[in-house]
Amino acid sequence: MSGAESVGNEGGGGTEGSDGDAVDRTPVPDADVCVVGAGPAGALVADRLAGDHEVVVLDAGPRFDPEDRLARQERAIRPFYDRPDVWGVGGARDAHENAGDWFYPLNHARVKGVGGSTLHWQGMVMRLHEDDFNSGSTRGVGPDWPIDYADLRPYYVEAERELGVAGASDNPYAPPREEPHPMPAFEPSYSDSLFAEACESLGIDMHSVPNARNSEPYDDRSPCVGYGTCQPVCPSGAKYDATVHIERAEERGATVIDRAPVQRLEHDDDDSVTTAVYATPEGEEHGQEADAFVVAAGGVETPRLLLLSDSDRYPDGLANGSGHVGEFFMDHLFAGAGGTLDEPTRQNHVGFYTSACDQFYDEADETQAPFKLEFFNYAGPSPVEMALSGDDWGDPLLDRLRDGYGDHVAMGGLVEQAPDADSRVTLADDRVDDHGNPVPRIEWTVGDRALDTIERANEIQVEILEELGADVGWVAGPDATGPAYHHMGTTRMSGDPDRGVVDADCRTHDLDNCWIASSSVFPTSGAMNPTLTIAALALRVADDVDARLGEA
Amino acid sequence: MELTRRDAAAALAAVGATGGVALGVRRAGDGGTGDDGSAGGADGAAGDGEGDRSPSDEAVREAMAAVATAVYPDAVSGVESFVDGFLDGRLDGSAHAEGIRAAVAELESSARSWYDAPVADLETAERDELLRELGADTAEEDPHGTTAERVRFFVVNELLIALYASPTGGELVGIENPQGYAGGAESYTRGSP
Repeated sequence: MSGAESVGNEGGGGTEGSDGDAVDRTPVPDADVCVVGAGPAGALVADRLAGDHEVVVLDAGPRFDPEDRLARQERAIRPFYDRPDVWGVGGARDAHENAGDWFYPLNHARVKGVGGSTLHWQGMVMRLHEDDFNSGSTRGVGPDWPIDYADLRPYYVEAERELGVAGASDNPYAPPREEPHPMPAFEPSYSDSLFAEACESLGIDMHSVPNARNSEPYDDRSPCVGYGTCQPVCPSGAKYDATVHIERAEERGATVIDRAPVQRLEHDDDDSVTTAVYATPEGEEHGQEADAFVVAAGGVETPRLLLLSDSDRYPDGLANGSGHVGEFFMDHLFAGAGGTLDEPTRQNHVGFYTSACDQFYDEADETQAPFKLEFFNYAGPSPVEMALSGDDWGDPLLDRLRDGYGDHVAMGGLVEQAPDADSRVTLADDRVDDHGNPVPRIEWTVGDRALDTIERANEIQVEILEELGADVGWVAGPDATGPAYHHMGTTRMSGDPDRGVVDADCRTHDLDNCWIASSSVFPTSGAMNPTLTIAALALRVADDVDARLGEA
Repeated sequence: MELTRRDAAAALAAVGATGGVALGVRRAGDGGTGDDGSAGGADGAAGDGEGDRSPSDEAVREAMAAVATAVYPDAVSGVESFVDGFLDGRLDGSAHAEGIRAAVAELESSARSWYDAPVADLETAERDELLRELGADTAEEDPHGTTAERVRFFVVNELLIALYASPTGGELVGIENPQGYAGGAESYTRGSP
């Protein structure tokens, strides 16, 4: 069916997604592994284990019909629809509270359903730098990770292959890699060529960026065809999303149950999780038993589920012996600047960027956070979006579009946020979701190191724009920054059970058969987009689960 | 600049109907329009008759093409066949299609009340006036809102998204691969043609 009004609002109780009466949502007998969450982490774990084990995946959201992607794209373009409307986020299912110094727009920052937030992500996939794993000892900020870059390096290679990454080896600031990316990088944009001259005269290096987006046919998926709406929807399937691995896991025998929000995890007296209790659209409640459980529900719902699973034995919540479940909530902070030139800049043909600058990343220390710079290909307004707002049409509208489009340039950047226990996810006192469970309460705080670093990034951005000859029209500095929708840190990894929720294998310290595959385990965040690291950690979790099931 | 059936197919591809539907295949609407496009309600009443709350596909096409002449810039030609081709894919029995039909019905009702004629019989300037008198110029689109908001959503913006997500519409503004159009992953690397 065509049209923006022909798809539903899932979170608001709409009818989109698989119908309740046609789908068997009863538990799978004799399951080996139960995965909570069908985003990239859960999908990769499920795919990796499905060949040798009986795997069940439970997701709170629906299975989206691929046929609806163009209608969702229309929602992304039309002004009536807000970002959460594109994938049906919102309503009682997704209710939450903000209680911190900084507002966190949670429902703009996630998608629930098969594929998870990769359905709306931009698809940028960098590896963390070596120092990101040793932030405490090399930068004096936060703890070191209990693993090093070398531990994750082989999994990064596999993750790049699994997701399908287009990249090149021209970045002198990237950590060491052992083989080319699976696909060649996308060519630099026309506006990159304009930036290149300015950067060269300033001694600033530009290089390609790895995209989880097909630059050529890969894994039976299309190359990018230039719809230009990557974030929040790629109708062609060129951008990786986790439905790829969910479908493959199902082909290998896994069972995926959608619209099955897990209400709580139950345990026995031997510190093992026994059951994931989940609800169905029919109003039933089922218990999925398994030998191993992998919680892969993102940086907000993962700690929430552990807190909702409190019991007499674990009065502060499951896996919360350290008291750190929900603490150290982090995101990357946006820093940006933009303006106009007196020549065409050819923006908004595609929705991803092709050049970046990591030159300043490893200058990080106690006072300056790691940060990276991005050269946008989508600066300024998109004409079709402009056309749908305003009180004009006909020739006056065309004149307005011609005035508004064509000469914009912009840069973005991401800045690390240092971990802070007071930045956290807890349970709301008196507000519940559609199943009567307390909703997540976000208390997001951002420290001076990040804010000062945003200013530093802005200085460089403005310097480049001025060298380019741009009339600088806006700067997104400390007062205008916002989150990049990367939820991290809320079940941090540590070798010490008193200082973290999971160990170096991402297995909870308190429960022998429970792992967490998510950016929630990041002890520090670096400034690189997190999904490649999430994927690498998920593959590593799968190997650990497989090994331990083999021992049993 | 002439709008082509390729533009119509591209616009359809941008907003959620398959290109295959775009070319030459008309589907029967709820009003019982036949493959020949003749109007006829399910009860046998004329589809474009006065007071009909659910206009036929043909009546919807006529009204939309008429409105397009008011909301499209003078620089484009081939409007009627472009709109016709676009609606081939849009009038597919979906909830969205029914929204278009209902909004057109209200627009027609206003035209008959205020101008004593269907939209298609009005001068272009009168079509513009009609839309403004309805408030569709200042309204923000809302598929569940007031008449003005729904006309803005299902009629005015429906036509504008069709035009400006097509290659010809994009080229008018200086972008041959506008957002929503699958114009390939090469144009972004090139300077202006």
